Amino acid sequence: MPYDYQPYPYTPPPGLSAPEPRHRVVIVGAGPIGLAMALELANHGIASVIVDDNNVVSVGSRAICWSKRSLEILDRLGVGERAVARGVTWQVGRTFHRDTEVFNFDLLPEDGHQMPAFVNLQQYYVEEFLVEAAQANDLIDLRFKNKVTGFDPMGDCVVVDIETPDGGYALEAEYLLACDGARSPVRQMMGLDFEGELFEERFLIADIEMEGDFPSERHFWFEPTFHPGQSALLHKQPDNIYRIDLQLGWDADPEHEKQPDVVIPRIEKVVGHSDFRLDWVSVYTFQCRRLERFVHDRVIFVGDSAHVVSPFGARGGNGGLQDVDNLGWKLAAVLRGEAGEPLLATYDAERVQGADENIRNSTRSTRFMTPADGVERLFRDQVLALAAKTPFARSWVNSGRLSQPCVYRTAAPDSAALPAGTRPGSVATDAPLGNGWLMPRLAGQVTLLALNTAAPDLTGAQTLTPELSDPLRRRYLGDAAQALYLIRPDQVVAARWTTAETDTIQAEIDAIWTGARCR
Amino acid sequence: MPLTQTPNLADHDAFYEDLLAAHQGRSAEESAALNAQLVLILANHVGDPEVLREALALAARR
Repeated sequence: MPYDYQPYPYTPPPGLSAPEPRHRVVIVGAGPIGLAMALELANHGIASVIVDDNNVVSVGSRAICWSKRSLEILDRLGVGERAVARGVTWQVGRTFHRDTEVFNFDLLPEDGHQMPAFVNLQQYYVEEFLVEAAQANDLIDLRFKNKVTGFDPMGDCVVVDIETPDGGYALEAEYLLACDGARSPVRQMMGLDFEGELFEERFLIADIEMEGDFPSERHFWFEPTFHPGQSALLHKQPDNIYRIDLQLGWDADPEHEKQPDVVIPRIEKVVGHSDFRLDWVSVYTFQCRRLERFVHDRVIFVGDSAHVVSPFGARGGNGGLQDVDNLGWKLAAVLRGEAGEPLLATYDAERVQGADENIRNSTRSTRFMTPADGVERLFRDQVLALAAKTPFARSWVNSGRLSQPCVYRTAAPDSAALPAGTRPGSVATDAPLGNGWLMPRLAGQVTLLALNTAAPDLTGAQTLTPELSDPLRRRYLGDAAQALYLIRPDQVVAARWTTAETDTIQAEIDAIWTGARCR
Repeated sequence: MPLTQTPNLADHDAFYEDLLAAHQGRSAEESAALNAQLVLILANHVGDPEVLREALALAARR
């Protein structure tokens, strides 16, 4: 079944008839990032207004691969379980050269996590779920057909000019969050440019609907016989929808390539028959670029408006949700007067680091997939040839390194006796806890996780002293007998010790709110 | 462990001969492919990123 696009109703905003009181936050863009941003702020008690020039969810599947980390974030926003239930769960990827499998990977080889490694779910479903959650939330005022036409930073607020079908009005907000996508009008209005690389390559992207029992796996081909000399990617989505990406070459004419009588024969060669229906087609080029800074006083860029990557690696939507994750609790603290600008500066530092990591990985994948003529192509082809002969060379085969949360640089206390996977700066690793899971217990506030030791009385942190289980021991203790983990509201490990004085822990709690450990 | 820059083969002439023999009868393009695979195989064997960086720098020096 193709997706049934239902326009959301437009309601004339109050600002048309009388000036509205100053808002705390205005979010531009009701895509997955803007909606998630509003819900995350609401989790921290902050009200926001979302304005969007459109009134339907994403046309075409667009972002489809949601990582374990994104699902954990969506879970905090109330739609994680729904996304998993509706989506196609997968964790195995297979890479082919010509028609032979050269390499496969399993993204989550161990049990004991609430969320799977990846779920494929069309962006329009994610947006639909988030819109429903936003509309049900008293702290969120979601306004469709409200287009931002300009704004003025005024010192202690931003005045935003908005156009509606019934005319224009203005909103005042303490912060303006640009969640308005890769072509961000807010970014353009500020005259800000991306820095980075544009790849001269065109890919065809198509959703097709077909009956079939194709496994829930990611398949990537280098130079398949059905698409000679180029690369191809196949992903399964719910509703019998399959995503196909085909490399076309830079010389391809995008308008011509989008025509059904051109696309359909290409797809027939991929799937081996013509028993499918074309649902959505687009032709795109890649960019791997970002803004120099994401925080511009009272205007903050979040998601694709701040950084763009090639699609191989699922680092666009997932990277954007990690921005939301990082910004929500910090901005809420600033708005409550509990933290200052230095904490917001750590959003800039940490998410620039995240964006750079995504851009670096995405750029590397793109160069491997679409090598320039000459030595780039020589090495790419020889890696593939060698990978067919010997297993060690498969590590070089790069069809996309899939999104992982970045480990933020920090100067916080650490103990070398504890496992590397949960070191300060990393997202806490999930584990079973009682009848539930660890991650939801860590969300939204500062937590001291005390393992095999008593938790001291602290100000400004909840304490969690779970009974030790094998996964907890393996992920948080390693060979150590006991540990104390201080965890931020975004479930990132702030500091850890095998033993610590109460004052030491208390100082690190304070450092979470000042951002003093960020490097 | 820095890059070994002192003679480290028991018989340099023998390896040189083997290297040329491996390229014998190949076109320039096939030789380039062989060399590329050889670099990858040896890089994996060496393993140490510092040694590899030094090797790259030495080879790139004009």
